Amino acid sequence: MAEPLLEMKNVSHVYVNDKGAALAVDQFSLTMQSGEFVSLVGPSGCGKTTVLSIIAGLLKPVAGEVKIDGKPVSQPSGEVGYMLQQDYLFPWRTIMENATIGLELTGKRSPEREKYVLRLLLEMGLGNHIHALPHQLSGGMRQRVALVRTLATEPNLLLLDEPFSALDYQTKMQLEDLVWQTLRDRNKTVLLVTHDIAEAIAMSDRVIVMGRNPGRIRHQVDIPEAIRETTPFHAREKSGFHELFHQIWKYLEESTSEGARP
Amino acid sequence: MNSPEYELYQGYLRQKRKERIAVMLTQFIIVIGLIAAWEFAGRMNKIDTLLFSYPSKILRLLYDRLLEGTLLNHVGVTLAETSVGFLLGTVCGTALAAAIWWFRFLSKVLDPFLVVLNSMPKVALGPLIIVAIGPNVVSVIATALAVTVIITTLVVHSSFREVDESYIKVVRIFGATRADVFRKVILPASFPTIVSTLKVNVGLAWIGVVVGEFLVSKQGLGYLIIYGFQVFNFTLVIGSLFIIAIAATLMYQAVAVLEKKLIGHRQN
Ligand SMILES: Nc1ncnc2c1ncn2[C@@H]1O[C@H](COP(=O)(O)OP(=O)(O)OP(=O)(O)O)[C@@H](O)[C@H]1O
Ligand SMILES: [Mg+2]
Repeated sequence: MAEPLLEMKNVSHVYVNDKGAALAVDQFSLTMQSGEFVSLVGPSGCGKTTVLSIIAGLLKPVAGEVKIDGKPVSQPSGEVGYMLQQDYLFPWRTIMENATIGLELTGKRSPEREKYVLRLLLEMGLGNHIHALPHQLSGGMRQRVALVRTLATEPNLLLLDEPFSALDYQTKMQLEDLVWQTLRDRNKTVLLVTHDIAEAIAMSDRVIVMGRNPGRIRHQVDIPEAIRETTPFHAREKSGFHELFHQIWKYLEESTSEGARP
Repeated sequence: MNSPEYELYQGYLRQKRKERIAVMLTQFIIVIGLIAAWEFAGRMNKIDTLLFSYPSKILRLLYDRLLEGTLLNHVGVTLAETSVGFLLGTVCGTALAAAIWWFRFLSKVLDPFLVVLNSMPKVALGPLIIVAIGPNVVSVIATALAVTVIITTLVVHSSFREVDESYIKVVRIFGATRADVFRKVILPASFPTIVSTLKVNVGLAWIGVVVGEFLVSKQGLGYLIIYGFQVFNFTLVIGSLFIIAIAATLMYQAVAVLEKKLIGHRQN
């Protein structure tokens, strides 16, 4: 078997501040093969964002190790793409300038890369807005720009933190298909955080259910091939989808009620 | 084609225009009325003209000084000092804010000092500045700088700190250094604040410059005021005040236009 792209072993994180120290993530282990699409679901505050920040190198875990491509992660490097819950486009930069900021910062700016970014923007239906400013775009369009910005530096591993949660239902469904197809075409490895169980099942190969207090992995659910190979929109109509939904729903309820205990 | 909405909208516009004209007319009448009453009272000796002078006398004096060539010199000096003062105050304040942002420890150490300096009336430092630098233009500019720099530092630094952490995260993910974070996120995000401190600093710099000229007493509109006061020429005092009012307003408006130009396209 090939070397995994991401390897996390017994990672724990404690937040320390003036109010005290709180264990946010406990003994988190996760291995992802190249090209895999994994979703992380769990109740609010169970440490999903913390896990992503650790993988991105923004946070240093107090224990455990994180390796990407066999190399330990110590700081953000531009090798990992991270898309935050909101788009956070810079209001003073045009769409093109926003999309290429990663190239500027990583020193990867070149005509070929810029052409690649331009192609991505066109693919995402943003061709007419390259010189627009972010406030002129709708929420769905802005989220697409944020995705292009993340893809611009061609990271192998993508971390998506509830990228669709701020969008209306229809836009969200369209974007799910677009993102799924875009990432699949480029054989990206993706870790998606979401509150939406249906989204998790429809988009990924594997769903991880976390519980809170402390944040721990409770269950892992493999998604059958029939659903994996179908676009997210149509995956929702496949047989077995509802059974999976109810199974994960039950797991989530268990983990939420456990977590609520003082 | 004339839908009812269109008619209503036109009516609304007409109403607005009418109101605007009425306001301007009233303002005009107030100004003319006040000037006329003042002139009348002065000429009829209803007020002490030695103290309060009257409009035509003030205008004549300004006109004579203009012909002499001295007036423009004083106005020029004051305008130059004020411009240099408020630009320098904004630039130095921003630089200081950047230093404080960069060295978090420094920010904690300096905090109480800045609070004390900010609460203190900076023009009170005027005499010390003149003793240290000498009675010249540089002292006047330094006084204007003293008035503007601390408040600029505080305002700009707090704007630096209010930048959403998530924007910083966005660039950190790409491996941004602290210098990158400052250049690409902090500074551009605070640009509107910096430009708006320019506007505040215009007004503050006028205070510094006028007080500085009072103390240095060599040239400028502040000097004309203090000189007129000393020789009991209140026509000169009021004339100088008149010019200051106009110059300060024009300068403020110019900066306001500049502000619109620089950040008008930015909406958030
Ligand atoms: N900077 C911080 N300082 C202290 N505690 C924090 C900090 N960030 C997060 N926490 C705590 O750590 C726990 C996990 O937070 P995290 O943001 O990872 O949760 P999450 O699963 O992403 O939640 P959500 O679904 O609401 O986004 C929470 O209890 C939170 O209060
Ligand atoms: Mg979160």
